[in-house]
Amino acid sequence: MGKQVPIVDYLILDDGPPHLRAQVCTGCGASYFDRRNACAKCGQRAFEPRSLPAEGTVRSFTIVHRAAPGVPTPYVSAIVDLEGGGVVKANVVNVDPDPDQISFGMPVKLATFVAGTDDDGTEAVAFGYEPK
Amino acid sequence: MSDNGDNVWILGASMTRFGRYPDKDLIDLGAEASMDALDDGGVTIHDMDVLGAGNLFDAATGVGQRLQKQIGQTGIPVYNVSNACATGATAVRAVYMAIKAGEADMGLAVGMEQMGKQGLLGAAGKARDEKKVYEPKGRYGSVMGVEGILGTGLMPGVFAKAGMEYANEHGGVGFEQFAKVAEKNHQHSTLNPLAQYQKPFTLDEVMNAEMMSYPNTLLMCCPTGDGAAALVLVSEEKLDTLGAEQRERAVKISASVMTSDEWTDSDQVQPDVSTLTRRAADQAYERSGVDPQDLDLVELHDCFATAELIHYDNLSLCAPGEAGKFIDDGGPWRDGDIPVNVSGGLISKGHPIGATGAANLYEVATHLRGEAGDRQIEGAKVGLTHVIGLGSACAVHVLEKAAV
Ligand SMILES: [Zn+2]
Repeated sequence: MGKQVPIVDYLILDDGPPHLRAQVCTGCGASYFDRRNACAKCGQRAFEPRSLPAEGTVRSFTIVHRAAPGVPTPYVSAIVDLEGGGVVKANVVNVDPDPDQISFGMPVKLATFVAGTDDDGTEAVAFGYEPK
Repeated sequence: MSDNGDNVWILGASMTRFGRYPDKDLIDLGAEASMDALDDGGVTIHDMDVLGAGNLFDAATGVGQRLQKQIGQTGIPVYNVSNACATGATAVRAVYMAIKAGEADMGLAVGMEQMGKQGLLGAAGKARDEKKVYEPKGRYGSVMGVEGILGTGLMPGVFAKAGMEYANEHGGVGFEQFAKVAEKNHQHSTLNPLAQYQKPFTLDEVMNAEMMSYPNTLLMCCPTGDGAAALVLVSEEKLDTLGAEQRERAVKISASVMTSDEWTDSDQVQPDVSTLTRRAADQAYERSGVDPQDLDLVELHDCFATAELIHYDNLSLCAPGEAGKFIDDGGPWRDGDIPVNVSGGLISKGHPIGATGAANLYEVATHLRGEAGDRQIEGAKVGLTHVIGLGSACAVHVLEKAAV
């Protein structure tokens, strides 16, 4: 097996079980996944990393049937509320893409999968949430 | 916020039919709407002190100046504006603010767009280098495109999730309630000769159309298209000097409000289209002194059926949490409590992006003047318009019939 890299840098694969890491504002506690210039809530400029829990619940979802070219359909895109705070957008995986199989408040947990392989054989590892 | 200064009025208004115009260019469409709006107001381009030109797809090309070169180069200031789906309303506000500031007595605002047949889903991802090697790029350090892998951030999915979040928080909302919104707007459009589509569909047909992004089927999504809409705005002081017919047909802008996203715990993950709409509506009701229950008609941003339903609540057209009941009871139909999107809405009238926010002001103003033909809401005196562009920008206007 070749090398693996996370699909985004807020997915942490090399520090215990796979998990997400947020940048948390030291002023107000607002959390973000991207590189920051300042806090969009309070304006302060200092952040510290925080590992987020792997478990949460489905706040909202859609089942995408027609997508941008190259994206396999149908798939479930959801907004997940993590236990203890934090909100994530991701696919719900390992579930039938059927509205009867997904419910509001459904408990889910982080799951990783290989999303692609580059020409050096390096695999991009992505994450989704699967029913708990 | 205090309202210092007189009201701003709509003196002239026009829109092209929305649709596909392969034989015209963007400026043809903008010129047609602009010249009609000037004629409608009984004025000429030489009376204008300012031009607000709204366009999204050709925003880097000096659209306002290109328009001037066709309809009148008078040397006035031009504001070219681009603000997602709120672009047309932003052009109106550019002119509104110039008049409020006392820099202009009269101005022309135009929104125009030529989209052709491109879809809402965008083109295929960028061509990759010859050799594909994963390297972290951008603010999220992504090694590949993430759309569809880490959820969807495209419009159909975003607005579907917004509707589903409302369904999660409040009872009585499901696929059928969302579908009823589209059934209504398609039916309304049959009375509007300016609508891109004018064909009715049954609730079954709406629900059984191709699924795009659950719960929105194809018939619950707005089409793309071409078109333009224009408004001539005038200060109250100037209006008082104009002719009797101009004064009688003038429509008062009782509130003009814009907002953007305020921070919420989820906004950077999934745009929150409700919070900024609520805030804009609340400010508009406060500034105008108009109560939602006073509204005779509303044109709101139904880019998707799920969006319209949640905006019933965001705009306080129904009791809190009761958007599902509102549509079930027929409240937003043209013979209901508060008619919503009697034009057919974006879903059927069409959504040439830069034109939309000006076109809904045209629609409401036309009803307040009693000139809406077959689709006229009889005796309409007060109306509200709403647009939202993802990212986000929201504009709400309250319009009132002139008290003659
Ligand atoms: Zn902060």
